[in-house]
Amino acid sequence: MTSRRPIVLLGIAAVAASAALLAWPRATWALIAVLGVLFGCLSVRDYKPARFVIALALLLVVIPTAGTHNTFLFELVTTMGIFAAMSLGLNIVVGMAGLLDLGYAAFFAIGAYTWAIFGSGQASEFMSGSFPLPGWPYFYIFSALAVITGALTGTLIGLPALRLRGDYLAVVTLGLGEVVRVTANNLDHPINITNGPQGITPIQRPPVGWLLKPLEWLGLDSSPALAYSIFFYVLVLAVIGVVVLVNVRLDRSRFGRAWVAIREDEIAARAMGISLTHTKLQAFATGAAFSGVMGAIFAAKQLFVSPETFTLLQSITILAMVILGGMGSIRGALVGAMAVALLNLEVLKSFSDFLVHLRQTGFVLNLGIVSYNFANLSDQIEPAKYERMIFGLILVLMMIFRPSGLIPESRHRLELGERKKARDAAKGGSHGAA
Amino acid sequence: MSEALLELLPSVLLEGLLLGCVYAMIALGYTMVYGVLGLINFAHSEVFMVGAVAGVEVYRYLGPHVDNPYLLALAALVVAAFISGGLAMAMERLAYRPLRKRGSTNRLVPLITAIGVSFFLQDFVRLIEGLWHGEFYMNYPADAHLEAMHDLPLGMSIQNKSIFVIAVTVAMMFALDHLVRRTRLGKAIRAVAQDLPTASLMGIDPDKIIARTFLIGGALGGIAGVMFGLLYSQINPFVGFVPGIKAFTAAVLGGIGNIYGAMLGGLVLGTIETLGGTYLFFLTDGALGNEYKDILAFIILVLLLLFRPQGLLGKTQGEKV
Amino acid sequence: MGALLLGAMCVRGEVIKVASGSMLSGPQSSLGEMIKLGAQIAIEDAAPEFDALGFDLQFLPQDDQAQPDVGVAVAKRLVNDPDVLAIVGHFNSGVTIPTSEVYKEVNLAMISPGSTNPRVTERGLNNVNRVCGRDDVQGPVGAEFAVNDLKAKKIMVVHDKTAYGQGIALAFRDKAEELGAKVVAVLGTEEKTNFQSLILQMRALKPDLVYFGGIYDQAGVLVKQMRERGIKAAFLGPDGFESSAFVEIAQNAAAGTYYTTVAGPAEKYPAAANFVKKFNERFGRSPEAYSLYSYDAAQVALAALKLAIAENGGTKPSRSQVTEAVRKVKVDGITGPISFNQNGDRAQADYWIIHFTEAKYPGTPVKSVNAAPPVK
Repeated sequence: MTSRRPIVLLGIAAVAASAALLAWPRATWALIAVLGVLFGCLSVRDYKPARFVIALALLLVVIPTAGTHNTFLFELVTTMGIFAAMSLGLNIVVGMAGLLDLGYAAFFAIGAYTWAIFGSGQASEFMSGSFPLPGWPYFYIFSALAVITGALTGTLIGLPALRLRGDYLAVVTLGLGEVVRVTANNLDHPINITNGPQGITPIQRPPVGWLLKPLEWLGLDSSPALAYSIFFYVLVLAVIGVVVLVNVRLDRSRFGRAWVAIREDEIAARAMGISLTHTKLQAFATGAAFSGVMGAIFAAKQLFVSPETFTLLQSITILAMVILGGMGSIRGALVGAMAVALLNLEVLKSFSDFLVHLRQTGFVLNLGIVSYNFANLSDQIEPAKYERMIFGLILVLMMIFRPSGLIPESRHRLELGERKKARDAAKGGSHGAA
Repeated sequence: MSEALLELLPSVLLEGLLLGCVYAMIALGYTMVYGVLGLINFAHSEVFMVGAVAGVEVYRYLGPHVDNPYLLALAALVVAAFISGGLAMAMERLAYRPLRKRGSTNRLVPLITAIGVSFFLQDFVRLIEGLWHGEFYMNYPADAHLEAMHDLPLGMSIQNKSIFVIAVTVAMMFALDHLVRRTRLGKAIRAVAQDLPTASLMGIDPDKIIARTFLIGGALGGIAGVMFGLLYSQINPFVGFVPGIKAFTAAVLGGIGNIYGAMLGGLVLGTIETLGGTYLFFLTDGALGNEYKDILAFIILVLLLLFRPQGLLGKTQGEKV
Repeated sequence: MGALLLGAMCVRGEVIKVASGSMLSGPQSSLGEMIKLGAQIAIEDAAPEFDALGFDLQFLPQDDQAQPDVGVAVAKRLVNDPDVLAIVGHFNSGVTIPTSEVYKEVNLAMISPGSTNPRVTERGLNNVNRVCGRDDVQGPVGAEFAVNDLKAKKIMVVHDKTAYGQGIALAFRDKAEELGAKVVAVLGTEEKTNFQSLILQMRALKPDLVYFGGIYDQAGVLVKQMRERGIKAAFLGPDGFESSAFVEIAQNAAAGTYYTTVAGPAEKYPAAANFVKKFNERFGRSPEAYSLYSYDAAQVALAALKLAIAENGGTKPSRSQVTEAVRKVKVDGITGPISFNQNGDRAQADYWIIHFTEAKYPGTPVKSVNAAPPVK
């Protein structure tokens, strides 16, 4: 009976959170509650089918229904999904293969530009043909291409970088990430390929006319804006599904085991006949490919790309997701992405707006002994602007107190479990002796 | 045109030397810490930035009371050295030492911690400055005497503050050389760098030596921050990143772990960057502009690590098993 | 916290929000703050009037950090809040262009106080308007001044690589070349601190005038370092220099520099006196030229809202209704009469040339030109 409690609790929580979100689609706390239940679905062990059903119901029924009342939910969850896919990709490189890549946003940039250049009038700056290419079918073709360009760039950057030892690798990937950004920033002359810092806009999207009819049929506002929100939400969920599947398969394959082997001990791995450069390159290219396809989707969703989106801060944000969730853990990468993106996109911004509101209205907090007038609050205190501080803290605190993350990798967990068992046994033994 | 460009060359080299002085001073911090711990201290760029900010504060509060510009600049240097040195030591004590004591074998752990510290400090300084002054973009005040120009042969000219920067750099390098080669502390640092476990068996307290290495490297970084502010006037909490990564390149260029290499690497890199920034535009007839000067350092770094990873003055070392 | 937020914002019913978009943090925040405050006065003053109509008018200042991608993220948040009916902003053209594509999706009206790049309005989006002038007028006005009045013969053009800076610099170059001056180089730079390479290039090229297309945060440092290293060429720029912070950064080097602007000094507009007084009383400092423009942009937004409410029978109008109303209203602004042409450009705009005779803000107006926007 007791062993069934987690899943029952999870079910009750799911119902309560869904009701809350449907009743108050604009409330941040209701969204946090729903995401908390999703988090629970990812972290509870056993009861696979039940967990799966709860998660699917939340993702496919509850969030979209609430989203039709507050389209920002779609925006938020879609962006979280994009980050989740990238954090899964980086998890392969950093978590499984143990290669610290600080220029991961570069592959995101490559993917985004792959579609942005041809899905807008930009391409006509340097080649003949009729641009922009129409969203159907080219968006899908270029999304597939972005997988290839991402993987290719990964290989190109990896070839020199991966011959280096771990800590040099970090600096070189950081440098090469910057090289990609600065190059994108400056390829507006002599030939205008990227339109430099001004970025590219507007970018074509695939047509969603076919979605309008069902929306109307459901009695909903049948505007293209809502249709696009739903379209990108579903598209991103589908891609994440594929990415997770690939990840799980890889993790248990020869490749996955080789990656973990070189992470744990390069020299021993080499002695076992694993080709270092080869294996590392595979990890690098796989991770980059995920980032590439998300870049193309991001470009279409955002309507705009510019080099400033692909800074070191972006790479560090994704790294923070992987670290928070747990290096090498697939579920951890998802949870980390959800938590960090939610914090960054919604919680901090709402909190900032809330403080601004209190300041503007001159709210006075009266606690009996102390009272504080928010009109005096410095306008420098805006949590949304201190993302670097927050990510920095996440990295440092996790490293010091919980280096294996919120949801440690299962291999690691097994290892720790064994060690604990061994320790218990030793303790028991000494006890007996005494 | 080409004649005018040739005439310009001495001035370009002089400008490169000045920038190189800043890089060299930062690079020393990277190289010394790498020497004793084998750690790339990413947060060192923020130690440099904190030095630059501390210098502005000295100008802000002492400026109205002190007339002599050199005295003021020296005060800024000393305060920045203490604050940055203290910060570097605190960082070691609070973030790196707990990791070391835990004895984790994962090489990524200290590296990721260093990146976290670096990002944390950028916004932390921004918050402090914002609350303190309502603004986090800061300027070193102009001073007529420090900015006075002297003509030199070959079409070069130099300002008093540039002479001051070169003098400080030379003085600090001699002082560091003396410290490392002739004092007990220097001997201990070299011993720890060479072999930490053996050094600790010889009665050296490695924690103490590591803390002092951070202190010295941090102080030099702080001094570099003030020099940077004096030379280029505007600073902000994010100013450390680019010079930091370039100084790291300089340290690798000279051979990481080698303090003379860091000095040489800094000067070489400063010169290459200024040369590239100035001439790339003319050589490519305007096709490649000044913008590429920042990635020059990265390209050098990658090529170097591929073809001569031990740097200019370094020795090859087999990987320890 | 979410519950509090909900309680604070959603209970009172018919809420109308007007958002402002400018840079409230980062190196250009001093200018962005002035824009926010100008709009804030207009909206706070109009609140009682809207209250009488049965609406709770709220002001929602947003920070775009002068970065296109941050601006787009802000825009994505705003379009998903159905109470937001008009935007006063954004400032930088590089931000205004991509954000306008996002607002366009839901037909949300934006009125920019300072985006001068021609592409802002030339794309023919019906939700985009501006109360300021255009770079393809302002750049040539600057070029005429440089060649005819300052007698510049060798000109070096530098820009900050943004839609704004690059656009105006190229417009300047074209006109200057047409007038017979020699443009020795056109260079883009994103450098913020160390301009030595540029200055060395100036020493080789020996221009007698340097035109910087960009904002004061870079311009101030550049001119300071130029003067320090003994470059005596005249220094001219566009309305991005329009801030007291330019003088704070450039210090003594600000003296003698010129800039062209579409935002004339407050004392030149008689109707502005009252605004200046109010601004001083409320915020304890003087407004800068762009505060006047954002005040006027907000006035346009409010007039359009009132018109749309009236047309909608006194109930809350849709975004499209407000967007249409913006093109219909005629407002007597403190910077002169305002109405828009079919592209959303202001029908008539003033262009000023300002000279910092000493290192003190504001500078002295030298010349003013009144021009209509070109229509393609």
